[in-house]
Order: sequence, then C-alpha cells, then structure tokens
Amino acid sequence: MSVMYSSITKKIWMSLMGLFLMIFLVVHLGINLLLLFDSTRELYNVVAHFMGTNPVIQIFQWVLFLGFAIHIVLGVLLQIQNWIARPKGYKVKATSEDSFFSKYMIHTGIIIFVFLGIHFLNFFFRVKIFHDIPDFILDGVNTGMEDMGIVVIELFKIPGYVVGYIIALLILGFHLDHAFQSAFQSLGLNHEKYTPFIKGLGHIYSIVISLGYIVIPLVIYFTK
Amino acid sequence: MDLKLKIWRQAGPDAEGKFVHYPVHNISQDASFLEMMDILNEELVANGEEPVAFDHDCREGICGMCSLFINGYPHGPDDSITTCQLHMRKFKDGETIVIEPWRAKPFPIIKDLMVDRSAFDEIIQAGGYVSINTGGVPDANAIPIKKEHADLAMDAAACIGCGACVAACKNASAMLFVSAKVSQFALLPQGKIEAKLRVENMVAKMDDLGFGNCTNTYACEAECPKDISIANIARMNREFLVAKLS
Repeated sequence: MSVMYSSITKKIWMSLMGLFLMIFLVVHLGINLLLLFDSTRELYNVVAHFMGTNPVIQIFQWVLFLGFAIHIVLGVLLQIQNWIARPKGYKVKATSEDSFFSKYMIHTGIIIFVFLGIHFLNFFFRVKIFHDIPDFILDGVNTGMEDMGIVVIELFKIPGYVVGYIIALLILGFHLDHAFQSAFQSLGLNHEKYTPFIKGLGHIYSIVISLGYIVIPLVIYFTK
Repeated sequence: MDLKLKIWRQAGPDAEGKFVHYPVHNISQDASFLEMMDILNEELVANGEEPVAFDHDCREGICGMCSLFINGYPHGPDDSITTCQLHMRKFKDGETIVIEPWRAKPFPIIKDLMVDRSAFDEIIQAGGYVSINTGGVPDANAIPIKKEHADLAMDAAACIGCGACVAACKNASAMLFVSAKVSQFALLPQGKIEAKLRVENMVAKMDDLGFGNCTNTYACEAECPKDISIANIARMNREFLVAKLS
C-alpha cells in the first residue's frame, strides 16, 4: 500500500494531473480567444456547442473533473502533512526560498478553487443544470445552439467582475509559474541541459496563459 | 563588537521554551560564531547560570554536528558553510542575532539549541546494505565507472547529514538528505544491485518519521553547506518511480 501513500507517489500524481490541467488551459484559452475574432459570435458558439454536446468530450469532461479532484485533494493532503511536520515555526522566517511563488501554492490554489466555483456557477451549471442560456440567433434564424458568447460578453461588461477575473487569472499565473518546472522536477525530469529551458518555458507559459485570458475581458469591456 | 543575542532556551524535551536576551561585548570580528557562543557560555557559568546547550564537534565544517538557525538561515547568513565556519565579521556591530534550534517534528529538541537528529540515522539504516562479495581482493579497475558518475556520486556523498535542508524547508522535508544518500549508491555499479529496495525503504522510513513533503521550493539547495544539488531529488524521484513500476 505504500505505493498509494508515499510522499513521492502523491507528488507524481500531483504533477501528472497538474500537467494535464495545463494542457486543458491552453485548449480553453484557444476557444475563449475565438470571441475576439468573430463579432457574430458564431465561431465561439459553435465550438462551445460542440464542447457541450460531443459524446467524446462529455466523457472526457469527467476525466478532467477527476484530474481537478485528484490535484486538489492531494494538494490539500500534502499541505496538511507539511504543516504537521513543523508544529512550531521560527521566530525569524526562513528567507532562502529560491522560487518565490512556491511558498504560496496552497494560498493561490485556494483562490483558484474559489474562482473555479464561481466560474462553474456562471457558465457550466447554467448550461447543464439551470438551462437559462438564451438561444443563439444568427441573421434572424434560431440556430438551436446556446448563445454562450453573449453570456460571456454580458459578464465582462460588469466592472467588478472584470477586476475579479483579472486578479484571479494573475494568481493563476503565479501558481503556474512555479507549477510548470515543479511538475518536471517531481517526475524526476531534471537535466543540466534541459532544466533551464523548462524553467524559461514555464515562465513564458504562465505569462502567456495569464495575459491571454486577461486580454479577453479587457477587450470586451472597452470595445463592446 | 557588541551584540544582542536572542537565544531559544528550553530546559528539556518537554519543557516550555522561550527566547532569552543576552548582550555580549568585545567580541572579535575574527572569532567564529561558536567561539562567540563559548564566550557567552563562560560568562554564564561565571555568573552561576546554566550555559546554552548547542551541538558541535569537529569545528572544521566536516562532521555535520553543528546546527543553529541564525537570523532566518540554517548555519547563518553565509553561503556553503556550516555554523562552525561562520565568522563574526558577517555581522554588524550592535546587531541583534536571533538563534533558534532546527524546527521539525522528527527533530525533537533535547535542550536549548540541541535537537535529536537520529531520525537521519534511522533513514540510513532503512537503506540496508551494499552487496560486497567475499573472496579475493578485486582489481580496482575491474568495474568500469564513468568519470561523470563517479563525480556525481562523490558530490552526493559530500552530504554531512547536518539537517540544514530540513531546517530550511518550509515543509521540513528531508528529501535533499535522503536523495543524496540514495544517489551516492544509485550512481555506482556496486550500489545498483539493491538500488530499488533501498530507495523504497528509505522513502518509506522518511515518510514514517513525519518529515514533510517536497514542494520544490529549493530552499534546501540554497542553504546546504555542502551544495548538494536538487538534481539528486529528481534522481530519487526517478529511482522511486522505476522501483515501484518494475
């Protein structure tokens, strides 16, 4: 049973699920960006409809939820064990951490978790449970698809929502900045030649993802 | 130099501890940190007070016995040295120096600044043996070993088991220590024979003892007096994964 519970096994699962979620973020960003390139919202709504109805995606979505669940549960479990490992802290806090964001993974993680909850309430639950998304009408014809695009645009016209969204995505960027290279290290992939490249790629990835998502509400708020 | 010391005093493992302030005067900049502690203790003894208990042995930076968490740094603010090699010229005249013991559940305080690091011995014991067949003395060159591997094994073997990695880690993780001990054998042909069993047993023991989990903050590498690389941790992760999957 030690394979299930050892610290390294937990870390390996943590990193595998993290990498999986990082791929998902790229796909999600790609779809979101469609909103900026098509003022009729047709592109975005067609893809959103596909993602919401395609049988393969419907099955895969549960794999994604499982990935989230494993990552979150293990993250909390590891953190609790870490707190227990040092019952009494130092008077002068250690300042030697090399990777700044690594110190706050549980905190940024909790904020992302709360954001995920709000995100589900605003989009996923409305489509799957509440069914209150307006129909997408293109050139006067009801397409039979939900108008997810208008839901996003309406939300991104609320200043408070835009600010909250930007803060959440910046925090996601901080989380990813440590997560990217950390995942490789946990999997044992550390190499004199490639690790500096992976670290650089991690910085680029976290900036592109974070800013990529942030650009969308800004453009919508100021132009639509 | 005149200094203000804030030292953690704790009479025994179960006693309540607290910080006690001690001013020290006329300390030479050339004195080592432990010599400064000796001067303080001599004063305390002369005044009929209990001297501050702290670990030390060789005072040459090679035994791994000295510890002390000084102003937020294990082994003090200097790089790549143990506390015994730290000198007072690293501090300013009139500075306040906070001296704490290593803090980790598997390193219980014995007294004042001394902690029980026998948890590390238990991990080493869990690693087991290295197969050495009896018989005639083998030719030194009979087993070819790549120079790079010999160097990396030697780098890992430089770990003196002082526990600074655990002290520095925000999670009190012992991964740097354990990975150095795993690596020094895993890199060499003689150590490969029991490599799988060794890594599994050492990691299991490390977890059992209550050390925290590695979150790749790399504070351990930054504070290690022997500059043990976190590449060893990645190697241990690989060794562990391979051992569990095969």
